[in-house]
Amino acid sequence: MRSFELICPAGNPAALRAAVDAGADAVYLGFRDETNARNFPGLNFSREDLAEGIAYAHARRVEVYVAINTYPQAGNLAPWHRAVDDAARLKADAVILADLGLLDYASRTHPGLRLHLSVQASAANAEAIRLYRDAFGVRRVVLPRVLTLPEIAQLNSEVEVETEVFVFGGLCPMAEGRCSLSSYATGLSPNRQGVCSPASHVRYEPRGKALASRLGDFTINVFGEGEQAGYPTLCKGRFVSGDSTAYLFEEPTSLNAMDLLPELKAAKVHALKIEGRQRGKAYIAHVVASYRKALDAFDKGMAVPKIDLEAVVEGGAQTTGAYKRAWR
Amino acid sequence: MTSNQPARLSLGPVLFNWPVDRWRDFYFRIADEAAVDVVVVGEIVCNKRAPFIAPALDEVIGRLSAAGKEVWLASPILVASNRERTAMHDLVDCTDFAIEANDMGALMLLEGRRHAVGPFINTYNEATLGWLARRGAVTVSLPAELPAESVEVLAKAGGETGLAVEVQVFGRAPLAISARCYHARAHGLHKDGCQFVCGNDPNGMPVRTMDGQPFLAVNGTQTMSHSYLCLAAELDRLQAMGVRQFRLSPHDLDMIRIIRTFRDVLEGKRDGRGTVKDLEAIIEGPVSNGFFHNAAGAVYVDAAD
Repeated sequence: MRSFELICPAGNPAALRAAVDAGADAVYLGFRDETNARNFPGLNFSREDLAEGIAYAHARRVEVYVAINTYPQAGNLAPWHRAVDDAARLKADAVILADLGLLDYASRTHPGLRLHLSVQASAANAEAIRLYRDAFGVRRVVLPRVLTLPEIAQLNSEVEVETEVFVFGGLCPMAEGRCSLSSYATGLSPNRQGVCSPASHVRYEPRGKALASRLGDFTINVFGEGEQAGYPTLCKGRFVSGDSTAYLFEEPTSLNAMDLLPELKAAKVHALKIEGRQRGKAYIAHVVASYRKALDAFDKGMAVPKIDLEAVVEGGAQTTGAYKRAWR
Repeated sequence: MTSNQPARLSLGPVLFNWPVDRWRDFYFRIADEAAVDVVVVGEIVCNKRAPFIAPALDEVIGRLSAAGKEVWLASPILVASNRERTAMHDLVDCTDFAIEANDMGALMLLEGRRHAVGPFINTYNEATLGWLARRGAVTVSLPAELPAESVEVLAKAGGETGLAVEVQVFGRAPLAISARCYHARAHGLHKDGCQFVCGNDPNGMPVRTMDGQPFLAVNGTQTMSHSYLCLAAELDRLQAMGVRQFRLSPHDLDMIRIIRTFRDVLEGKRDGRGTVKDLEAIIEGPVSNGFFHNAAGAVYVDAAD
């Protein structure tokens, strides 16, 4: 009996196979359009890709979850309805949804379809989770990355649905699904178009020996000579307030909760999620295999091996994020 | 149908950490002098600040009600800790007042009861609006980032279900909420020992880019726009779409004059486009309306037809 389900990202069919082969219990993915929150050029799945991916995964007893987790556009619900219908038709094991209207549609139209609540719905308390369970029969909730371990434990003692938490990858310091920072700077929205700090609006400007990174009309960072220039994700930028220039919201860093497996188990978390649908198959294979190794050791009651993931984390820096109260 | 009803102005909750005396005096002036129909009251950003306004809350509600304003109590945006949950239960269970829900937890507790849905619950489409209406919502305040095309569909759907759709037309746009306090972090403090440094910035703490360009404003755990969202020039178009309620977000500015300006535009006494420069002078800063025009939220699009 495994302590946790390991939920892994797949941005394309090759990444799906890499995740399955490296030991995922389930992979999550999205269609190639604005219906999912990782709507990046060259990523995601056609209907045919999904059918093949599901066949590959199911043959190896791995589940496939389809994220349809943006907020449908007023007056144009059809693409989102079609995404839910196709996921159901192709026998996805669950759909991951955020929008109330879409949850209502899915629960009425496909009563047998397993519904997970996306992190984009930002359900951070037991009352909110009860609403999603009672109204739509949601079976699992992906918790926003704003909760401490004691808060997660308390929540799991009160709700009857499974909870899934992020353990590795990019870290949103804001409550997900409630952030319009990217939309303010670029006009493209995580909630509406499924993109945050989109590459189409990124520019790098040499300034003498320095390099500025810009998003839309705004400078997000300026890197000195010899400093490694990172991607200008808005909330990981350097800004000026008062007299100080600093990473005001969050340093360029990745979440890594591998050291917290005992605490996550004690908190009765059901599933652990790795972030990174925009990542290549080598990254996916490495991170998933590392977590598989750690979880297998944990399941056998052995000490979790020290696994160095530093080479694949953003800016070479790792954090346990909101799980520890001091992060706040 | 709501199409023949007169337009209403509403005042959202004060989002900043103002001293209680200033907070109370502000609402007394609103009660006595401001041409708003609806006033939404409550601390919705940070639970740690709620005790500050608590002693004046009853007095403020009484004064506003006596002045004929419709008063709603708003629930917090982000509810995670036990303390925040207790506060949410107290608000919903222990008051007879009408509540504006800003989190799904509060919405769950309000089932079957007449309530409003605030702008921090994601209402992006008519299916969600219909679901909220069936659960007892009478007013839905739309998220600031919605473009005109969406607002139009939602206003029409609201009209068909008898639900009032509200749009923010003035004030810094709320852009994000976190469990982390950025005001404390900027001062080298943690949220637990924040010393309430957010009180230093009655309109939010300015955040500039490394090039010195004004960009954002931090309000404790909340991040807002530097520019002030302003849809004065779009009021006619919004009314033509069927929007009947317009929200202004309070700032440490001459709000009485700002409210008067919007009222005059609604009543046809002033031209909306002509007021934008006047509003910029009061704000002493830029305005933006990009979200409504399907552009970057930070920009101002001249709404010439």
